Amino acid sequence: MSEENKDNGKNGKSVGLVTRLIEGIKDVLESLKTDLPAKAKEQVELLKRPTKTQVFTSIFRHKHDDTPRNRALGVLSNVFLHLHPAKINRDAVRYSYTWGMGGITFYLFIVLTLTGVLLMFYYHPSKVQAFRDVLYLEHDVPFGKLLRNMHRWAAHLMVIAVELHMFRVFLTGSYKKPREFNWNVGVILLVLTLLLSFTGYLLPDDQLVFWAVTVGTNMARATPLLGHEGPFGAQLGMTPYNDVRFGLLGGSIVDANALLRSYIWHCIGIPIIASIFMILHFWRVRKDGGISGPAAVVLDSEVKEAKK
Amino acid sequence: MDWKQLWEILSAADNVPIIAMIPLLAFYMYLAWKQAHANDLIIAELEGNAALAKTHHRKAWPFKPGWAKEVHVWPFLLRVEFLAAIIVTIILMIWSITLNAPLEEPANPNLTMNPAKAPWYFLGLQEMLVYFDPWIAGVVMPTLIIIGLMVIPYIDTNPLGAGYYTWKQRKFAIGTFLFGFIILWVSMIFIGTFIRGPGWQWFWPGQTWDHNRLIYEVNRDLPDLFGITSNWGKGIFGAAVVGGFFAIGGMLVHAFFRRHNAKDYKRMSLLQYSIMMTFLLTMLALPIKMLLRLLFHIKYVWITPWFNV
Repeated sequence: MSEENKDNGKNGKSVGLVTRLIEGIKDVLESLKTDLPAKAKEQVELLKRPTKTQVFTSIFRHKHDDTPRNRALGVLSNVFLHLHPAKINRDAVRYSYTWGMGGITFYLFIVLTLTGVLLMFYYHPSKVQAFRDVLYLEHDVPFGKLLRNMHRWAAHLMVIAVELHMFRVFLTGSYKKPREFNWNVGVILLVLTLLLSFTGYLLPDDQLVFWAVTVGTNMARATPLLGHEGPFGAQLGMTPYNDVRFGLLGGSIVDANALLRSYIWHCIGIPIIASIFMILHFWRVRKDGGISGPAAVVLDSEVKEAKK
Repeated sequence: MDWKQLWEILSAADNVPIIAMIPLLAFYMYLAWKQAHANDLIIAELEGNAALAKTHHRKAWPFKPGWAKEVHVWPFLLRVEFLAAIIVTIILMIWSITLNAPLEEPANPNLTMNPAKAPWYFLGLQEMLVYFDPWIAGVVMPTLIIIGLMVIPYIDTNPLGAGYYTWKQRKFAIGTFLFGFIILWVSMIFIGTFIRGPGWQWFWPGQTWDHNRLIYEVNRDLPDLFGITSNWGKGIFGAAVVGGFFAIGGMLVHAFFRRHNAKDYKRMSLLQYSIMMTFLLTMLALPIKMLLRLLFHIKYVWITPWFNV
């Protein structure tokens, strides 16, 4: 220890612990008297501008005053909206060109996912309980009937919307170069939509669906090569117990296994596959140059023939 | 006229979407035609006036020279999307509150529903079962429809009409699609839903669904009409008829296409052309087979030990 510091703590008059404590408290109270109102005033000022708070700015990354830059950033810095470009052809926002059917289809898919998840809470995919669960849903679950109705009608509406979307895309020639591949993804999504609807159809397990699905899957018997009643099926060793229909139903008749398979395809399998194709579809819309039109009309005389 | 029967069919909950589709489809056909017509007028005007074609804005929409070419997605597009979502939600809510999803008795394998109908969007295929064996109607046809839709972008070599509505520049493509979509797909759904009754028999709208009705229809096979009895004879005869349809039909379509779509014909490669021909002729064979059945009671054209067409 050095010379200078040897007397540390002894060069003033000695102060008792209690006195020091009181001094300390007095000091703190004194500071609160002055600091608190100042800080409170400051806080009120801050709360008047909530968009400047750290919480807000940590969530929303840019300013929101109405400037062209902020309008663009509002779309580009949002994960849900960034599928859109910042700006589009002014006529492309007209409803009469696109009919909005692609977007409506996607919206209905979301509605179906939400109502579908809620329905799953009340449904057991077993032969004993399936039909009773639907009755329970209709008569005892709060808003259960509305939930089931919404799921059913949204599904029908989605099929209509998909078909109208395809109709519009065809009529505007939007499948032409460079969008050929995306048209194909769209065709796959159309098929998946129909399959989603069809697999869901079986789940209430009533007379209507039992016979509809029986008719539907009986056709699979007749699959060429792979069905036991189809052309060349018998020659390839197909029987009711090993053909493609058996694989679809998990048995030779529409029964418990068919219900379970249908349920799993409907709730997990196809939604996942469809989601992957949807991601691809939307991504390609952007990568292929955004929405196809409305483009300026081209005259026959202006077409340059490609050299062969 | 059995009004009660008619009402029962029209008001069946699952048939409501199909009824809703009539005005919806009519409206969108009108909307598309209106824009196609407006564009066709501009095209006709510009084709006849080369000087104007160089300076014309080429829009059928309201247009002023000073307007910006592009607008911000926020708010101009997003507000439309948001509005569409709200409107769809309202429609869906009202629909779901007023109309209940159907629920019949529990599934009973011992009690067959008559008629047993597939969901409405597959009724076109079920209707095809009348005219074709299940392996064609239920398996081959859906596959061909899917593949046929997928090849469209690769066989349509017409560069015109990309990104705008037009009829005059794409008569063949649009005509073919309308034939396939409206006449074959949608109208078959209508027949399957509203016309077909017990035993999948034909009941006109308003006719009572008589479960005991019997129709004595003697269906014949085409080879029988020609007195062919041996298996070999039937097989060869059928192959010749089907082959003949594709050959003669192909020639006719070829003659038509070459004359009226000369430029497209020139652009298409042999592969593109033959794929188009195959799908087109297969599609045309559908109504022909239907007419053979409905008018002449002909069941099969081509009979072999393994499959019948």
